[in-house]
Amino acid sequence: MSALAPAPPHVAASFLDTFGGAIEFIFTPRQSVGVGGDVGGLGQVGEFLATHVWISALALAIAVAIALPIGVYLGHRGKGELLAVAIGNAGRAIPELALIALMVAFIGVGVLNVTIALLILGLPPILTNAFVGIRQVDRTAVEAARGMGMTEFEVIRKVEFPLAVPTIMGGVRTGAINIVATAAIAPLAGVVTLGDFILNRNVYGEEGVLAGAILVALLALAVELGLAGLQRLLTPKGVRAQVPHSLFGWRFARRSVNAEA
Amino acid sequence: MIAEATTWLAPLVAQGDFFTDRSEGSATECVAENKTVCLGWAWDNADRFVSPTLEHLVLVGLSVAFGFAIALGMAVLSHRRRWLVPTFTGASGVLYTIPSIALFLILLPITGRGNVTAIVALTLYTLQIIYRNIVTGLGNVPEAAKDAGRGMGMTERQLLWRVELPLAVPEIIAGLRIATVSTVAIATLAIFAGAGGLGEEIYTGGLLRDVFKTAIVVASGIAILMAVFFDALYIGLQRWLAPWRRVRAI
Repeated sequence: MSALAPAPPHVAASFLDTFGGAIEFIFTPRQSVGVGGDVGGLGQVGEFLATHVWISALALAIAVAIALPIGVYLGHRGKGELLAVAIGNAGRAIPELALIALMVAFIGVGVLNVTIALLILGLPPILTNAFVGIRQVDRTAVEAARGMGMTEFEVIRKVEFPLAVPTIMGGVRTGAINIVATAAIAPLAGVVTLGDFILNRNVYGEEGVLAGAILVALLALAVELGLAGLQRLLTPKGVRAQVPHSLFGWRFARRSVNAEA
Repeated sequence: MIAEATTWLAPLVAQGDFFTDRSEGSATECVAENKTVCLGWAWDNADRFVSPTLEHLVLVGLSVAFGFAIALGMAVLSHRRRWLVPTFTGASGVLYTIPSIALFLILLPITGRGNVTAIVALTLYTLQIIYRNIVTGLGNVPEAAKDAGRGMGMTERQLLWRVELPLAVPEIIAGLRIATVSTVAIATLAIFAGAGGLGEEIYTGGLLRDVFKTAIVVASGIAILMAVFFDALYIGLQRWLAPWRRVRAI
């Protein structure tokens, strides 16, 4: 606990100044508090933001590509409930810091390793929610679709998937937030994201650290808003009417708990 | 970046007992070679993991306890005022969306380095999950049970505390279970708020000390075991307090 230097006493007293300084840090470059050279400013922020966004997008895309088909298939067949739920639970228990540290210790630093770590944290909610979403689709609707002569694939594509969109997207949103949050500690594994501001107080200073934290928070909120918008676009009109508008809420699944008799 | 951070902490590392530990004792060779897990070293130095583990437990315990108290208050408040539900869900959702490491550091200038910042941030995180589950639980209470209560002459207040909340226990415990397990994981990042916990052994004791694998593996292992322990504890609690129904947390 004592390993890190305590904050200068004036900081707590004038936190508004620190916030002001943090905003200034984002827009104007300044002299680094430690090593030589300028830090901060829109140029550097943009560079780190770009890395943060593309590595998160890459990890999310791979996570969706892997988890969505598996979750949808298992949900459709009604198999592997224990597995799908256990993966979701296990995903929550993995500490991000431990995962990144273990990656660095055993696989090394670099873009590929960070992507794998982000993937591991993004996958579980997507898989679990895809399973739950498909599973919760009214069985009579599915039977009706079969009665109409739809193939199994058509049942999934035209009936189950559209009805499960809110829950599935809830999983994608949770996964995306996990990934964006974990990408903030990616600099520990050699990928310079916005988290670099947060992790290097000796380079960026108190205000730089705060600026990094604010930027990471804003990015996460923007991702959440963007995906909530995408969810609205993807949800069929008929389903939309039944689902309460959910922004920042009810994300894990529309029904967060499954009651069993 | 690691190199920079190591330079920054070099004086602290040099003063620490760590390198002495790594060059003496029964497991010298293993540690010098930085093998996967040096069980000998870990056993000899079991002490160094005790206080981070206890700190971690305190961070998690206090945060979940405060979070539960606040979320219960919010749920009771919004129970007869339904219009508050979207407000509370939205507000706690915004907090939940902010990555933990960012929230820790945004709170830092306000609450200062240390455990207070960590506990405030972790508490804010638990709100969303616990509140949502209490509301779901209250919503799942059968109308017939409430009618029976009213028929017995209960006031709305008595109804809430004697009928509705007890019947919502399965969902409430499911929420506490998710909140606790996630908090165990997130609390490893409390090190960046200047608090202790297992993150200290992973970060300061492992990553910053030339990626000392044993410290990382042991501390991560303890964190995961702690999450598994709490998970099992809640399953037991669930069976004990609400044997009539099983709710699966998703």
